[in-house]
Order: sequence, then C-alpha cells, then structure tokens
Amino acid sequence: MIELTDVRFGYGSGGDCLDIAELRVAAGEAVFLHGPSGCGKSTLLSLMAGVLVARSGSVRVAGEDWTRLAGARRDAFRADHVGYLFQQFNLLPYLSAVDNVLLGCRFSRRREMRAAARDGSTAASAERLLERVGIAAPARARPARGLSVGQQQRVAAARALVGQPEVLIADEPTSALDAAVRDGFVDLLLAECRAAGGTLVFVSHDRQLPQRFDRVLSLPSINRAAAAVAA
Amino acid sequence: MRALLPLAWASAWNRRGTLALVVLSIALAAFLLLTLERVRADVRGNFTDAVSGTDLVVGARTGAVQLMLYSVFRIGGATNNIGMASVEALAKHRAVAWVVPISLGDSHRGFPVMGTTPDYFARFLYGDRQPLRFAAGGPFADDLDGLYGAVLGGTVAERLGYRLGDRLVLAHGTGALAENDHADKPFTVVGVLAPTGTPVDRTVHIGLKGLEAIHLDWQGGAPLKGLAIPAEQARKFDLTPKQVTAALVGLKTRSAVFAVQRDIAGYAGEPLMAVLPGVALDELWQVVGTGERALLGVSALVGIVSLAGLVATVLAGLNERRRELAVLRAVGAAPRHMLWLLLAEGAIVTVLGVVLGALASVLLVFAVGPWVLSTYGVPLRLAAPTAS
Repeated sequence: MIELTDVRFGYGSGGDCLDIAELRVAAGEAVFLHGPSGCGKSTLLSLMAGVLVARSGSVRVAGEDWTRLAGARRDAFRADHVGYLFQQFNLLPYLSAVDNVLLGCRFSRRREMRAAARDGSTAASAERLLERVGIAAPARARPARGLSVGQQQRVAAARALVGQPEVLIADEPTSALDAAVRDGFVDLLLAECRAAGGTLVFVSHDRQLPQRFDRVLSLPSINRAAAAVAA
Repeated sequence: MRALLPLAWASAWNRRGTLALVVLSIALAAFLLLTLERVRADVRGNFTDAVSGTDLVVGARTGAVQLMLYSVFRIGGATNNIGMASVEALAKHRAVAWVVPISLGDSHRGFPVMGTTPDYFARFLYGDRQPLRFAAGGPFADDLDGLYGAVLGGTVAERLGYRLGDRLVLAHGTGALAENDHADKPFTVVGVLAPTGTPVDRTVHIGLKGLEAIHLDWQGGAPLKGLAIPAEQARKFDLTPKQVTAALVGLKTRSAVFAVQRDIAGYAGEPLMAVLPGVALDELWQVVGTGERALLGVSALVGIVSLAGLVATVLAGLNERRRELAVLRAVGAAPRHMLWLLLAEGAIVTVLGVVLGALASVLLVFAVGPWVLSTYGVPLRLAAPTAS
C-alpha cells in the first residue's frame, strides 16, 4: 500500500535529512514508527501524505507515485486516499464534532460516496463513527472547542476514518493525552482501522505502545542520512 | 467550491467581533461615499434645475453671474433697475414670445418678496421643464381686486404656518429696521405653491401693482413724513410700475437666442444685458464647483482608507488562522480552496458593509430629506449614484 524506494529529501538547499533505501507497508498493516525527536519522523509522514515531495526516488501510495503528480492532483489524491491525524489542534474549534468529521469528505467526492454507500448518508456515517469512538450524542452537535483534548483526538480519528481512506497517518496523536486515555485511544484507533481495512502508520516516541502494532520500525535504523550524520 | 461557503461563513462567524468592526468601517465608508455623492449630485441638480424654459434673463448691465444670482437665486441685490419702457419694447420684438418682468428688494420675515405679473405662474418652468403647481388657491388677479394678493412659495407657507386668507405685512429692504415696514398695507394669501426644490419655494410673490402701491408714500427708501396713503385710497393712483429689476424672456424659436441677445445689448433706450440661463449657471457652477471636487476627493480618500483597513485585517487574520488552514490542508483542501475561502470572506464582509452603508444612506435621505428640502431648499432624491 505504501512503497518508498531510494527516497532522498532535505529542506531548502540544505543536505538530505532523509535517505531511505526501501520501506514497504502492506495493505491493512498497522506499523509503529519510532525514533528520537528531530530524526525526521514528521518529515517522513509528510512525504507519505504527499505534503512534501521527495528530491529523488519514488513514494507510492495506493499505486500512485506522489513525485509524478502535479500540485492540484496531489491535493485531490490526498483528500481521496489519506486520513491524517496531528498531535493536537486537529479540529476547527467553531464547527461541531459532526461537521469536523464531515470535513474529511468535503474535499473528496470518493470518500463522500463511500461514506454515503456505507451508512446511507455522510451525516449518518459521521454519527456512527462518533458513536464508535465514544462521543455521546449531545457532545456531537456542540462546537468542538468545548470538548476535552481526549475527545478532540477521538473526533479527529473519526474524521481520518470517514469514507474509508486506504491510508491513515497519525503523527504522535497521543502525546497530549495522559496514560489511561492514551491506551484506550490507541486500542480504538487500531480496532477502527482494522474494521475499515485501512493501513495505519503511527508515529510516536512513546515506548509503551508498540506491542499492539503488527510491526515496529525504528526510523534511525532505516534512515541512511541519520547514519551518515552519526558516523 | 460552493460547499466551502458554509465553512467560510462558520469561520467568519467565529471571528465575528473583529469582522464586525471591519464591516462597520466599510459600511461607514460606503455610507459617506454614497451620501456625499447623493448630496453633491442633488445640490448640482438643484442648481441647474432652478430655471428652465426661459431663454434669456434681461437686466441692467452687470456680470452674467451676478444677474443670475439676484434674479433667479434671490442672492444679493441689483445695482440698477431697468425701465418698464424697455420691457415693453422688448415684448414687441418679433422673435419674443413672452416677457415676464420681476421686481425685487422687499422681504417678509427673511424671505424675499418678488413683484411680478400673474403670467409668471404660467411661464416660469423649472427642473425638466416642469410648470409651477398650486398646492392651494391660485394666482393673484392682475386687476385692482388682486392688488394686495400674495402667492407663497412652499417653504414660506410651511415655515411661517400661513394658510389661504392669512394676512402678512411686507418689510422694506431686508426688514432690519422695525419702522421700515409696510404695516399700513397688509397682503392676503391667495395661493400657495407646491414645493419645487428651487428658490421659488422661498419667495413671496405679489403683483407689480401691489409693489407699486406699498411704495406710493415712500421716497428714497423711507416713508415720507406727514404723507400716508391708506390702502383703499392707493387704488385710485396710477399703479403702473416705472421700473423693474429684471425680465424673463421666452422666444418663439430658440435658434434666435443669439440674435435677440445682440439686439438687447444694443438697445438704444438704456444699457441692458441678456444672459442665457444655462450658460450663466454653468459659469456659476464653476465657481461653486471647487467645493464639490474637494468633497469628492474626501469621499475617495475615505473609501481608500477603509479598503486598506480591510486588507490589513485580512492579512493580520491570516497569522491567527494558520492552524485552521493547516487542518484544512490535512483534509485535502488545495491552495486554491484556501484562496477561495479568504476571497469569500473578503467578499462577504465587503458586501455586508456596502449593503449596510447603502441602507444607512437611504434611511438618512428618507429621514432628513424633508428637513433638508425645507431648510436648504435642496431636494434629496433616492437614486443610484451617477458618473457625472
């Protein structure tokens, strides 16, 4: 589902900060990616999501090479196939939880149709996912600014899942949560992702989480640029 | 793209405090711009509407602008009168259709009094060749019955509360001296004109003979001591005026206007001049027009300043909206969507502001229009701004 081959990337005119010979994530797989701060985890996720474009090599997601897509096509392809979760501030505070989830379909006709095909309508799909992540009905209609951080991350997860995108990318989504909430959230994310048949790439520096994932990867161990700096 | 409109609206509503201020400043600018433009256009219109259908204004030799000022706008006074003989000679000119003599100088409680013939009410046109209309009563008669009859302009009647049959006393000159009035010969209101938005509204019209009658026992601008002629007795005198201030002239064909103007300038009896009202009004407007251009400049500046305010607010808002835009980017919004959101917000704010400003302008014109008409004689119209 995700294939990186001989990927090099660096910011501006600086040297490469990422140099990965090969990285493959199979469809439906849940991968845990860890590494110290500043090792390029977020950069790698941005490459996978097509927000950044590699200097050389290819980054293929769902059979399409990001490096071969023009800007507008990349945006449309990302909207169709990738769900994205940030550390925090995932939601538009002035929209309700339901409207925030629906944002996931707003820029993608494909996800809109899939959500509607699955639950009858996009709104029904949003309600079902919010139900699944444990947001009670009264809280769904209120502006998202009134939700706790844990609730906000669960709403964000529901948004990343709506319309069943093939790939779900989570950039340290639990770093703002305390331990008890965190475990529940990760379990929920994994369960929902498996139920939807999505591929998950989960980044964190939290050493307690890995046992729940199919595969655990250390970024410094596959990043040749980091090895060169270290040597 | 249309799906983004609710989002733009929700986002704008979230920042309604700041945006309300921007809307207010745009509304204020639009209001100022529209109102100033309206007033400007109406003042100018009012100016050029003051007289129409009159081909020439004839008076003693003076400046064209000055002749217009006193004969049409009742501002200032005439330095010289013209003889009635000249007016009669003029009426006999083969190209002249009608002549209406007018005589100015007296006043009534601050409003100018004009002596004329009943013909005036039929011949005088204003605006888009509109005739004068009577709101009540009719013109004074040309004979002795109508000797002490007065026709009031709309503003005079409204401001002083006169109705048909009321009596009024004219003052000599501007009425500054209390003893200088014509209390012995009061006039009766026989007609009230409908408002026109021209200096006619502020004028008390009486017959030339009536004007002559109240000055029978006067000489050199003061009542003659020991000689008082009662109102009834005055009827027995010859009341044909010897002099008038100016005359309005209508021609049989407009094309003869320059020939007649030359003939009047060369009249052997006394020095006369004739001006074309349109030309003189344009000349006069050029004098007043500087103020008009200054107003226009100020309104343009107001518009520019509030637009700069809008741009500044949108740009400052961008910084605080960085997180919002990042979320949208993550759910697949393209840069063009972002641009569209910002433009939509700018458009919403601008349209709201302009609509509010226009509404306020219309309400103001609606609310104070009658007051402006009666106080300044300028009819404010509800109309779209024009390019002129």
